[in-house]
Amino acid sequence: MTTARRLVMTEDQEALRTAVRDLLTDHAPWASVLARTESDAPYDIALWGRLRELGVTSLLIPEEYGGSGGDARDLAVVCEQLGAFVAPVPFLGSAVVATAALVAVRSEPVAADLLGQLASGGLTAALAIPATTVPGADLSTTVRAADGKLTGTVTPVMDLDGADLIIVLALDEGEPALYAVQPDEVDSTLVLPITPLDLTRQLAALELAANPARLIVRGLPALAAVATAVATGAAMLAAEQVGLAQWSLDTTVAHLKDRHQFGRPIGSFQALKHRMAHVWRRIGLARAAAIAAADVLVTETDLDEIAMVIAVAASYCSETAVFAAEEMTQLHGGIGMTWEHPAHLYLGRAKADELILGAPDQHRARLAELVDLPPS
Amino acid sequence: MANAELAGRIAELVAEHGTGERAAFLGARFDAGLAWVHFPEGHGGLGLPRTEQSAIEDEFARLGAPPTAQADNVIGYGMAAPTILEFGTDEQRQTLLRPIFTGEDIWCQLFSEPGAGSDLAAVATRAVRDGDYWIVSGQKVWTSFAHVAKWAILLARTNPDVPKHRGLTYFVADMNAPGVEVRPLRQLTGEAEFNEVFFTDVRIPDSARLGDEGNGWAVAQGTLMNERMAIGGAATRESGMVGVLAALWRERPELRRPALHERLMRLWVEAEAFRLSSERQRQQLLAGRPGPDGSGSKVTFAALQQGSTALELEVLGAEGLHHEDWSLRRPTESNWLAGGASHRYLRAKGNSIEGGTSEILLNVIAERVLGLPREPHSDSGLAWKDLPR
Repeated sequence: MTTARRLVMTEDQEALRTAVRDLLTDHAPWASVLARTESDAPYDIALWGRLRELGVTSLLIPEEYGGSGGDARDLAVVCEQLGAFVAPVPFLGSAVVATAALVAVRSEPVAADLLGQLASGGLTAALAIPATTVPGADLSTTVRAADGKLTGTVTPVMDLDGADLIIVLALDEGEPALYAVQPDEVDSTLVLPITPLDLTRQLAALELAANPARLIVRGLPALAAVATAVATGAAMLAAEQVGLAQWSLDTTVAHLKDRHQFGRPIGSFQALKHRMAHVWRRIGLARAAAIAAADVLVTETDLDEIAMVIAVAASYCSETAVFAAEEMTQLHGGIGMTWEHPAHLYLGRAKADELILGAPDQHRARLAELVDLPPS
Repeated sequence: MANAELAGRIAELVAEHGTGERAAFLGARFDAGLAWVHFPEGHGGLGLPRTEQSAIEDEFARLGAPPTAQADNVIGYGMAAPTILEFGTDEQRQTLLRPIFTGEDIWCQLFSEPGAGSDLAAVATRAVRDGDYWIVSGQKVWTSFAHVAKWAILLARTNPDVPKHRGLTYFVADMNAPGVEVRPLRQLTGEAEFNEVFFTDVRIPDSARLGDEGNGWAVAQGTLMNERMAIGGAATRESGMVGVLAALWRERPELRRPALHERLMRLWVEAEAFRLSSERQRQQLLAGRPGPDGSGSKVTFAALQQGSTALELEVLGAEGLHHEDWSLRRPTESNWLAGGASHRYLRAKGNSIEGGTSEILLNVIAERVLGLPREPHSDSGLAWKDLPR
């Protein structure tokens, strides 16, 4: 029924993990992430530049388009670390989702050109779909194309504000099509930022009113590209969630060893130890599921099997991240309720992550179809 | 299989002995070093990496060879054999290992007692030295296979005057010796998988001691460690209890209810994540990078078994009210599938108790994996005889 997947990291992936982790340790400490949330620049452009220098922002882009030519398994290694640091960069929206959409139609000259710009120019891109789009769901759009101009609204879109390139799914005389809206063609008032629950991932509404756009591709390939992008996004989000959960566990365990009450480290109380052990146990399952989800994107050809493995990872990792972040908040007591402690950055990100690219119940509903377990 | 030379020897063995009785075939396997391949030559193995075992079992199965005696001799294979190999004398290895593998000698484990469950080091069964013998008296409990076992691994107290972990010694006990009494212990399922075992002045020769006097705790830890090191093959999706549940859901559409579906899918997802995580642990072990121990896996397995068996009854509704058989039966092998849904539900309650309760395993994870401090213990440093009880 299933072939055994490679679920252990290669040496190259171990090295990549260490490189990204070291970079984030130096350049994305939580205190600066927290400070940035109230600044005018919610995203850290300098950090994005460093990630670009490391080659990880173009991992999905093949080398002939100027990318670093990795695969989704490598990308997952990066995403796990970005989740662990709740790094304020538009990675999921740009380097994962938008890039995956363009890679899927790279045989189209416009897509190839845009991929080249993303790879070499250090631009960021956003795919204008609602952040809550569910893998496998029928795609729809209210954006209409006429005479090379787009009109319509899409919201909430992740990593849209500040994107140099916006890829839009539109209906062109009833036919789906992908268009590219370039930055200098967008009136900045058409990107309306939304104050997000997750302070480390930006959301905005896109309002297009006859904005000029370049056609990338029309017809079924346009829909297929968006579907691939959503599935890739869900799989990489699962990896982020594993990183977030692991950081929450590590931080909480450290606190429980350090914090004394009743003359003992509170981590010696069995009631708290068991809670931590459960978090650890669930992360072990979540990590295996997330690695498998990245693996199927590279090695599996059966589309249902790909969708199934991703649905398992997405639903399980979403809930595990929320569980770990909520346990962290509770077990830090009053400290965890303060603004000055980073727990809330992780809690907000975990809960928001649960709602994007398919909520757990939506992933399970999709899974039920795929494995022939109908609800009624 | 990858190793052609080994495949050749397996094929030869099957051709020569594969059609005979199981015990004879398994004896030939043992003699050829193809029993436990990581054991040394002359003791049923070839000194190969432990990771080769699953490929070898696959190859035997592929050629239609008789199965191993693993299912009838769980304790013999999983606990006694590796402990005898590690701590036994040459004579013990020569005489005891082969009949374990062939299934001729069934083994049981005499560790737990009424007063020593999670706190295993508190065992009270006394062994008193008498020349070349030990005189053993006490009561053991939760003993699977005791009614069919020829031998037991036994943990007994040889010195009550030192702290509990230091006064234990590990023995091999003859279950047919005078003074050994086995009584069925009926479980909540109605059957009696387990036994109580009473020792009254049972004479055990000192030559049946495994490891040094007073070193029983270390030997017992080795036994438990070995059990956790076993590497199984890759499991397939929907194997196990979730598969039973999924099959029922597919076959009986009239039983479907929306709230049950939500739970079914949660269990399905967790079972699949668990399967992947077990596969990942296996691959890490094969790559020579073992991850943290299997305590978490056992907690997860128990939770999945209990969740799935409970849901199976709820899906069945009226049919779930029926219990197949309350009579006192004596199963000789573990088969959780047998006996119907209500039996599965009741039997699964033992999954979070046998082989370490989930609560103790969570402590193990918290302390050994996460490094959280132990609870203050009231018994540390006290001689066993002075412990509060």
